[in-house]
Amino acid sequence: MYVFTTNHYIEILPNLWSGFLFTLLITITGVAIGFVLGAIFGLMRLSKIKIVYGIATIYVELVRGTPLLVQIFFIYFGLSDFMNINLDKLTASIIAIAANAGAYIAEIVRGAVQSVDKGQTEAGRSLGLSSRQTMLYIIWPQALRRMIPPLGNQFIISLKDTSLFSAIAVTDLMYEGRQYASSTFADFESYIMVAIFYLVITIPSMLILRQYERRFERE
Amino acid sequence: MIQVKDLHKSFGETEVLKGLTTEIKEKEVVCVIGPSGSGKSTFLRCLNMLEEITDGHVVIDGNDLTDPATDINKVRSEVGMVFQHFNLFPHLTVLENIILAPLKVKKVTKAEAEETALPLLDKVGLKDKAHVYPNSLSGGQKQRVAIARALAMNPKVMLFDEPTSALDPELVGDVLAVMKDLAEEGMTMVVVTHEMGFAKEVGDRVFFIDEGVFMEEGPPSQLFDNPQNPRTQSFLSKVL
Repeated sequence: MYVFTTNHYIEILPNLWSGFLFTLLITITGVAIGFVLGAIFGLMRLSKIKIVYGIATIYVELVRGTPLLVQIFFIYFGLSDFMNINLDKLTASIIAIAANAGAYIAEIVRGAVQSVDKGQTEAGRSLGLSSRQTMLYIIWPQALRRMIPPLGNQFIISLKDTSLFSAIAVTDLMYEGRQYASSTFADFESYIMVAIFYLVITIPSMLILRQYERRFERE
Repeated sequence: MIQVKDLHKSFGETEVLKGLTTEIKEKEVVCVIGPSGSGKSTFLRCLNMLEEITDGHVVIDGNDLTDPATDINKVRSEVGMVFQHFNLFPHLTVLENIILAPLKVKKVTKAEAEETALPLLDKVGLKDKAHVYPNSLSGGQKQRVAIARALAMNPKVMLFDEPTSALDPELVGDVLAVMKDLAEEGMTMVVVTHEMGFAKEVGDRVFFIDEGVFMEEGPPSQLFDNPQNPRTQSFLSKVL
């Protein structure tokens, strides 16, 4: 019989707070690195040079075609075994989420760049700008604006995905919740609180994104 | 100024330009007319290599575009182009649109670039629009900004690709007036157009192009009033 008390909802807070900060650290660093990877691989996907396009395509498809849980196990256990290095859990988590988000962001970047009207490139080139200058000053700034909604979306997805890293005992939000639940048997309270902590980030993010999209549509 | 020798252009299997040869002299205003799909825009776009040239030669001011040693960016910086759909940069203000290429290609200072840009804006009648974004302009205003943007590079030749085709009829006049001024100042111009009145009044020479070949060319008085080729006659009877 379930009896409602406020005790667990409050006692769990310090644990979840530290896990929450850890989750944010992994997500923000990971997605930031993922954006750099995504920008590089996304532009490579637009290359006319076959080998460049090929490398980027292999990366994107390998990541998108395998589960994140497999990726984190591969990086944390597989790679460290293979290369005989000792990756700590935090580093492994950041690498995993960066590589994972990077592949999806590469597709976002590619789509956004392709969505810029071809006439923009022609106008730039006809003025004597090189293809690099045209990309840098004309195409990229326009593409970047279109990337913001899907990038925000990817941030939310990656934030939630980091919960999988509790499987390698990264002390993130999910892990802290699990720990508390298993030591107190207060599963109901624990996971409600874990969910609320995720929602504290995801709901405002979604609202901000919706606002941006609305403004964007008006323009 | 421009020599075109046996220019061929194919898109895949389809040959759009089937051997064009001509010469355009300095300060000459050439208008290119013809039915849609005749290859007139493709011809124009080959003059600054926006289309890769399949075969033949285009020589601009002594630079053979098909020669791999030619610095194509350098040639393009001296050939202004105005597009049917303006292609202004929407993320930059009018002034920033105009000074971008002088800053990045000619590497002039911002002050110098603006010193060139502002009189050009004045010339096209849009001095008060320097700091607005293109979205707030009418089509005619956009096209005049696009002309100023091309002129800011101080080009030796200006190419116009149906510059008034996307405009509301009442906005066409302003754009044509700017182009006419430019012609009177001695700019070398190649204009692909449906504005027969403009071709008649401003053009030194008119090319009639159909099915990828120059069917007829000559001064406007001759081509419009006394066309020799039956294709020209039939085309003109439909548009005039």
